[in-house]
Amino acid sequence: MRISCPYCGTRDVAEFTYQGDATITRPDPASTDQNTWNAFVYDRANPAGKHSELWQHSGGCRTHLVVERDTVTHVITSVAFAGAKRKPVSAAAPKRKAPARKAATRGKAPS
Amino acid sequence: MVERESPLGPAYRPGRHGNVAEAAGVTLSETRPGSIVEVVSWPGSEKAALAAIKSATGLALPNMPGAGVSKKDKAGYGFAPRRWLIIDGREGVEQQLQKAVSDKIGAVNDLSHGRTAIRVSGPRAEWVLSKLFAVDFSAEAFPVSNGCSTAHHEIFAQIQRTGKNQFDLIVFCSFARAFWTTLCHSAEEVGYEVS
Repeated sequence: MRISCPYCGTRDVAEFTYQGDATITRPDPASTDQNTWNAFVYDRANPAGKHSELWQHSGGCRTHLVVERDTVTHVITSVAFAGAKRKPVSAAAPKRKAPARKAATRGKAPS
Repeated sequence: MVERESPLGPAYRPGRHGNVAEAAGVTLSETRPGSIVEVVSWPGSEKAALAAIKSATGLALPNMPGAGVSKKDKAGYGFAPRRWLIIDGREGVEQQLQKAVSDKIGAVNDLSHGRTAIRVSGPRAEWVLSKLFAVDFSAEAFPVSNGCSTAHHEIFAQIQRTGKNQFDLIVFCSFARAFWTTLCHSAEEVGYEVS
């Protein structure tokens, strides 16, 4: 797999470091809602298809990039600097709602 | 200034090595420039930073990815967005850049003691470097004066083409001896001269 860095040009994937799902947004730091934080840390869509993800060109210019990649075919449709204004997330990688959790099921002693 | 010691140590063996059946394919040397300085600009201050670099060093760097200038005793190029590397034979260029690049424009980092400059020149320079880096070194893709940042496995390297058959590599001092040894092994098949 090769990624076309907007600055350096096309380079081997070995120069890049995967930095995770680019569709996740950090909750309000003041929030104390455990479900929201749990979703932010753990819940990922893992789609078979188009995926928006963060990569760092760690073995090159060291910028962070938002890469739109198909997780089945590895076809990359767009690469942009992560600092640039992001396009709305495509329909193929919808932002997921945090799954509802029942407070009663957490921390309950096994019966 | 503190006197610098080459990190290459006993791995630096001047003379003719490798394939001696034909003329040396490459010449390897450590250029030991007096100053290696990184200039970073804040977003939107790129033109001001380039003007400051020009006033301090005389290098008129184009505002294009990887573009640079290469002169006899000094060179510079962009290696990342809003970042430029300046290499100068003289010591103390960092102070001149510090004066020119105000903290409203950006920042200046003196890397002179933290980097080692290695020159690969000769008719097989492109061939030898192509064995180490996944970068197109042909003259069309990598013209003279252009630079790039890349890595040989985990060893970060900044490379500038300073002549038709000449490349200047900047690597971390701490990795320089390991990289130099790998470079020598890669050049054995074409024959190399260390000068």
